Parts: sequence; C-alpha cells; structure tokens
Amino acid sequence: MSTPTWVPRRRRGAELVLTVMAVGISVFGYIAVGLGVSGTIPSDTYTLIGGLVLAAIGAHLAVRQFAPYADPVLLPLVLCLNGLGLVMIHRLDLGRQALDPDRSAFAGSQVMWTFVGIVAFTAVLLIVRDHRRLQAFTYTFGLTAIVLLILPLLPVIGHEQNGARIWIHLGPFSFQPGEAAKICLAIFFAGYLVVKRDVLALAGKRLLGIDLPRGRDLGPILLGWLISVGILVFQRDLGSSLLFFGLFVVVLFVATERPGWLVVGSLLFAFGAWFGYVAFGHVRVRFDAWLDPFADPDRNMQIVSAMFGLAHGGIIGRGWGQGSPELTPFSFSDFILASLGEELGLTGLMAVLLIYGLIVERGLRIALTCRDGFGKLLAIGLTMSFAIQVFIVAGGVTRLIPLTGLTAPFLAQGGSSIVMNWAIIALLLRISDQTRRPAPPTSSVGSDEQTQVVKL
Amino acid sequence: MNKPIRLLSIACLLMFAALLVNANVLQVVQADDLNSRQGNKRVIDEEFSRERGAILVDGTPIAESVPTDDRWKFQRQYPEAALYAPITGYFSYIYGQSALERSQNSILSGSDNRLFVNRVVDLLGNQEPQGGSVELTLDPVAQRAAAEGLRDLGEGTRGAVAAINPQTGEILAMVSQPTYDPNALASHDLSATEAAWDQLTNDPNQPMLNRSTQLTLPPGSTFKLVTAAAALENLNLTPDSQVKGGTELTFPGKQYTLPNQGGSNCGGDPISLRQALEVSCNVSFGDLANQVGEEALVQQAERFGFGADPLDGLAFEKSRVVGAESEGLEDTQLAQTGIGQYEVAATPLQMAMVAGAIANNGVVMNPYIVDTLRAPNLEVLEQTEPSEFGEAMRPETAGMLKDMMVSVVDSGTGSPAAIPGVQVGGKTGTAESAADRPPYAWFVGFAPANDPQVAVAVLVESVNGDTSDIGGGRLGGPIARSVMEAVLR
Repeated sequence: MSTPTWVPRRRRGAELVLTVMAVGISVFGYIAVGLGVSGTIPSDTYTLIGGLVLAAIGAHLAVRQFAPYADPVLLPLVLCLNGLGLVMIHRLDLGRQALDPDRSAFAGSQVMWTFVGIVAFTAVLLIVRDHRRLQAFTYTFGLTAIVLLILPLLPVIGHEQNGARIWIHLGPFSFQPGEAAKICLAIFFAGYLVVKRDVLALAGKRLLGIDLPRGRDLGPILLGWLISVGILVFQRDLGSSLLFFGLFVVVLFVATERPGWLVVGSLLFAFGAWFGYVAFGHVRVRFDAWLDPFADPDRNMQIVSAMFGLAHGGIIGRGWGQGSPELTPFSFSDFILASLGEELGLTGLMAVLLIYGLIVERGLRIALTCRDGFGKLLAIGLTMSFAIQVFIVAGGVTRLIPLTGLTAPFLAQGGSSIVMNWAIIALLLRISDQTRRPAPPTSSVGSDEQTQVVKL
Repeated sequence: MNKPIRLLSIACLLMFAALLVNANVLQVVQADDLNSRQGNKRVIDEEFSRERGAILVDGTPIAESVPTDDRWKFQRQYPEAALYAPITGYFSYIYGQSALERSQNSILSGSDNRLFVNRVVDLLGNQEPQGGSVELTLDPVAQRAAAEGLRDLGEGTRGAVAAINPQTGEILAMVSQPTYDPNALASHDLSATEAAWDQLTNDPNQPMLNRSTQLTLPPGSTFKLVTAAAALENLNLTPDSQVKGGTELTFPGKQYTLPNQGGSNCGGDPISLRQALEVSCNVSFGDLANQVGEEALVQQAERFGFGADPLDGLAFEKSRVVGAESEGLEDTQLAQTGIGQYEVAATPLQMAMVAGAIANNGVVMNPYIVDTLRAPNLEVLEQTEPSEFGEAMRPETAGMLKDMMVSVVDSGTGSPAAIPGVQVGGKTGTAESAADRPPYAWFVGFAPANDPQVAVAVLVESVNGDTSDIGGGRLGGPIARSVMEAVLR
C-alpha cells in the first residue's frame, strides 16, 4: 500500500461545529421536556445541560489532543445519541415518577456514567497510542473475555436480574461484564485470525459455487459457537449469544475472504436457534410474541405497549413530554427506541436510525482504509458488532425480528453499556487517526512494525 | 480483505433499510389498526381527554361529553341511559367501547380521515380537537312506547322490541330489557367502574345483551309467514286455496304427531289458507312445509334476510332456519321447522324485517340506525341512503300475505294489536322452548296496510308471575300497537 495521495487534514474545526449542533439538539430537547411535562423549565435541567456540555467539551479536547487526525464525524454522532438518550431518560424519570413516586430516577446516574464513559474514552486514546500494540496481547484479551463471561455465573458476585444472569455485584456497584467482553473478544478475534487467516482460507469441498472450509479447520468456529450456546444456556441471554457469534463469523469471513464461513456460521446459527426454541421456554415465549403479540396481549404486554406507542406517535410524534412512553416496562433501557419513536415520531426514529447507520458507515470506512490487517479486523469487528447490536435491538422493539435483551448503544440507560461503547468509539478513532495521519517523513518507527503492514 | 468488507457494507445497508422500512410500516401503515385496538391505553387516554362528539336522537343527545376538572377533562354522559343503552353502548376507560360508541368511534373521537382538515385547523389554531356527531334514525316516542310496554309487563321481564320503516329500513325503535346504565361504566371512578362491570357481567339476565339484534330464539308461529310466503310462491296457492286442517298432523310410518295449540281442529279439514293463518294452524303449516320442501323453505327465509348480517354498526346475530351442522331434515323435523320450531332461531329485528317486507310489496330494505354523520361544525359528512337487501317475493304474493295478516288482526289471534281507524296487519307467535320453562311470546305486525310506515316485532322472552297464559297476542300485541301508534301519531 502506498502513501495516500490526498493531503491529510485534521478537520477538528468541522468536528467542533458538528459537536455544537449535536449538543444543541439535546439542550433544546431538555427545554422541550420541561415545557412539555410541566410548562416550565425546571431548575435541575440546567445541571443536566451543564453535564452534557462538559462531557462534549471533554471528549472534543481529548480527540484534539490524542487523535488529531481521527474521523471528524463519529464523535458528534455519538454525542448526539448520548444526549438524546439523557434527555429521554430524564423525561421518562418524570413520567414514571408521575405514575409512582417511589420509582428511582436514572437521569442523574446516567450523566455520571456518561462522564465515566468520556474518561474511559480519553483513557483509551491516551493509553493505546497505536492500536497495533494491542495485537501483542491477543491471548490476554481472549482469556479476559472468558473470565468476564464466567463472572456472572459465579456465586456471591453473580446476580440474576429479569431472568438473565448477566450481572455482577461488587459492593455498591453492579456491572454487566458482557459489554467489556465484547471488546476483548473483538481484539482477540482480530489478533488470532490475522495470524491464522491463511490456514483457515484453504478451501475444502465446493458446494453450489461456494468453497466450504476444510473439516479440520472447523475447530475455532465450533468453539465460538459453543461459547455462544453456553451464554444462551447458562446466562439465558439470547441477544449477547447472537451478538458474539455474529461477531466471530463476520471477522472470520473478512479474514479468510471465504463466504463458506458465512454458510457454516448460518447453519450453526440456525441449529442453535432451533435448539433454543425447543429447549427453552423463554426463547419460545419471545418467538411466539414476535409472530403474534396479540394472541396473548397480557403476557406480551411490553411489545404490545411499544407498538401502541409507536403507532400513537405516528409520523411527527407526540412531542417531548406529550406521549406516554412510561407505560412500557423498561422504556428507559431496552425499549428506549420505542420511547423515542413515540415522542419524536417516525421522523425522529428514522433520524436516530440514520445516526446509527452513519456511525456504522464511518466504522466500515475506517476498516476499508486501514492499512494493517489487525486494524482492519478490529475495526470491522467493532463496527459489525455495533451494527448487529443496533439491528437486534431496533428490530426487536419494532417487531422486525423476535425480541432479545440488548441495549441500544449510547441511548439506553445502563452504566456498563455506555462506558464500553465510548471505549469502542475511542478504539475506532484511534485506528482512524492512525490511518489518516500523514506518513512520517523518515522511518521513525521500528522496522519490525513496518513488516506488520501486511497485504490488503 | 476489502472485498468482504464491501460485502458487509451492503449487508449493513440492507439491515438499516429493513429497519427504516419496518418503522414506516409500523408507524404509518399499521398505525390506524393499532390505534383502534381494544386496550390501547394511550388512545383511550387521549380520547378520554377529548371533546367526544354526541350521539343524537331527533336532535337530543343520548350520549354527550361534558367538561370536568379531573385529569381527563371530559366526562361521557348518557342522559336517558337505560332507554338507549343497547344502542349507544358504553365508553369505558377500562373496558373500551361497545355498540355505536365503538363502531362510530372514528367520527365521535374525531380521528376519522374525513375530519383530517378539521384536525389540521385545530392543530394550527392551538385548539383541542373535537369529535363529530352521529344522528340516529330512532323515533324517541316509539322508543319510549316500546320500553314502557315491556316495563309494564312487570319486574324481571326479559324481552325486546324492534321497529323499522318498511319502505326505507330506518330503525325506529330498538329496545332490550333488562337494560343497564352505561354511565356507571363511563365513570372516572375506576373502582366503581370495575364493580359495575362485575355486577353486569355476572348478572344471569345478561343486561348488556342487545336482545333485539343479538338474541336468536325460535320465532314460533310468526315464522308461518315465511312458510306461507314459500307456499304462495312455490305451490301457486291463493289465500282461498284449501289446505290441510284438522287436529293433528300424522307422518307415515312414525308415531310422532304434530298437534295444534290447545288441541283445536283449526275449524275443519280442509280449510282455507287465510283461515289457517288466522287461527295459526300448526297442522296446515307443518304440511305446507313438507309440500314446499326444505330447500325452498330455507331459500325463502334467506330472501327475507336469514343467514345474513345487513346491519352496520351494531352487533348482529344471524338468524337461521336449520342448525349449522344439520344434514337434511326428516319430515317431522321439517313440519316443526315450518311452524318456527326445531332449529329455527331469529332475532326480533329479523322478524320485523319479515313483516316489513310483506308490507313493502315484497322488497326487503337493509335496516340502518345511523342517519347522518356530522363534523364538529355541523357540516354533513355522510348521509345514509336507503338501500334494498333484495326482493323476498313477488309483489302479488306480498299483497296476498298482507291481506291475510290484516285478517289476523281483524278477526284472528292478532286482535290486541288493532288500532281503530287504521288497517293493521299482524301475526302472533308462541314458541315452545324447553319443557321446564314457559314459552316465548312473539308478535310481528305493520301499519297502515295501504302505506306502511312501521313494521314491528315484539319478543317477550320471559315474565315473572303467571305463566299459564302466555301468548304472543296477549303479551306482544299491545306493545306492538303502542309502538305503531307512536310512529303514526
């Protein structure tokens, strides 16, 4: 790969303009919620606005300082989502507490977690000055991922909530290690497959014009599949199981350029889905609720309520604070997209989906332009896991696919999710910065590393 | 590795396209359907907080929304609740809507597409949206007369009255007893609503059943009009034709015999068809049914509206001649069918349509209750035009039957329905139900014969007290008369 012919530009000014606009959307959202719910602007909204502005400034400065050549669009997109999420959670606090004053408010802690997320974001940019260094820790990350996935199953610290055993409690803090495991797995898959890709790309039998992998190479994919099934069986977490397996198959496909892996992956997925349907009542309930939610409107009350809310929102929505999204259980986390669709309408929901789509597009672009194999696989892994997660959660609440428990990145209430997603964006920005940075005039990096710029 | 990444980009494009299309389907295409589902609290809250349109009878609201100062801003009220409950239905926060409150919901709540311009104007003018109004065909005097007639039979009477204009199909009166108070279900005190609901749904008398359209019972001798029509049409008879009479009808090779009511001999054997109808002779009509045959009898009933649901806006149980699982009737069963027994079951409205068709030269009109739909600014959105259901028989046949029904009132079992100075036609019916319970009393009729303005059917399902002398003429005749008098006043 030759040095890019275009003149590298930092584009930090453009990013700042976009950031101001993104924050502005949320600020006006806050004000609209106050006016919509109570007719005045309550004083505590200024604290929340201040928090968001501070977070935006912090994130922007971190990028300016530590990744000056990074993609200028990602950060504003993410800040816009994060801000919309904060506004919606604040609005749902008001609505839910109007129904029952004892319900806890989440907006304050979500602002705090956003700060933690920005800190994590800055820390990743600061510590990981070159993403290729992560490859040295491939197996460390793999092991960490396994440990993180096992933690919730341990006694004492492991904790079951709403039917899924995906939480750990450490003192006053609770944490979903699955979110962190996702990043560790993406690094592990990228590091492992960039090395093994040539072996795994060897063709086996040819069927319907597609080269199927050799039988003896099936080991890794079967292992990935078993881990996913293990998550489904022991943690009863359908969404994460699907997500991890999708992540693995996608990275495998990109690394080997063999569509055969997609075929094998799809077959294994189909078998796993069938197994889940037959073996687990909760999977069957979700599936039946998807096919016909009105067959049992009381049991499927959540998805039915979400659909009612979306339909009630219609094209232009009820307006901030004017709908009744609080009627849906978990309207602030799993179902926050339905809440947004109710109050901001089809228009707002499509805008949010497009923001997600743009984030994915920027991620794919980073993967395409990245010059090293590890970076490519890492970027595509992180991006595709993000895309799959958005598809699963947005498709679930709008009844495109059966409902599985995943959170909408950056929007949904939940500390682990927001912190880890900020870390993902930091990694993508790091790869992007590396890619767009002008080539050093002289070979300042060691010759070892130059040999790592492998073929594309 | 860029080729697979490009493929994955296309996959992502498809995934997001699917999400966007699906959101459009849900929030635009399916939105109306979802919004109109029962149990949709968002829509109920919104509709409860809106100035819902009125349901009017002769310009007077029988259901209206009045402002309150609680969280819903408006309270639905039913000024003459008991009288109109089967027609208005209820508008409940918990239990949704029924009857016209349900079927006319889009107009009443203002969400109808024809009110779109009004909504936009309200939105731009920052006004609360308003619902349109629904005006009914009912005649309030006839309605009251029907209700009072049933009430006068005493506490605990169950029954129904349906009256239509035979020439147009307008429903003039529709009464069901016992009735209920929809105000109790529309209350904003939700625990009181629940208590009222429990009481109403557990009441063995089923007060929320609209007996004039939802209850099918054996019509007894009033069904002989259908049998007579089939005989006149298919056997080329006239009112003076001789038909079988006598005390009982026997069947070759069977023990069973079909006797007359009270063991009479119908005045001889043979007798004229006119006399057979006047005395409601079971032997004659059992025999005629077998002469006509099952197929022709069922066809004749269907031409009157049996097996169809011609009424819009209210729950309507289809009337039937034979049961759904019937595999052909034996001669004894067909004879019982011919006198409105065995598996024959009809609603009072259906029987009013039979009388109406005879009065209207054989033409059955589709019954309707909604006359006019109006926007909040009183502009007419829709005016129901009378429409024909079909021709039940030739005009000559209708003329002969009409003539015979007038004889029934002038000199037969229908005399309690006679109105001085008006030619009234009628037919009584007393249908046996189970052995351990009193029979159902029916009366159908029309007036005046030369220019029919009203056709009426009265059903008395049960009365308390003396049950030894239940007869369609004695119980139903006076009610039918007062309803017809109210219309003709």
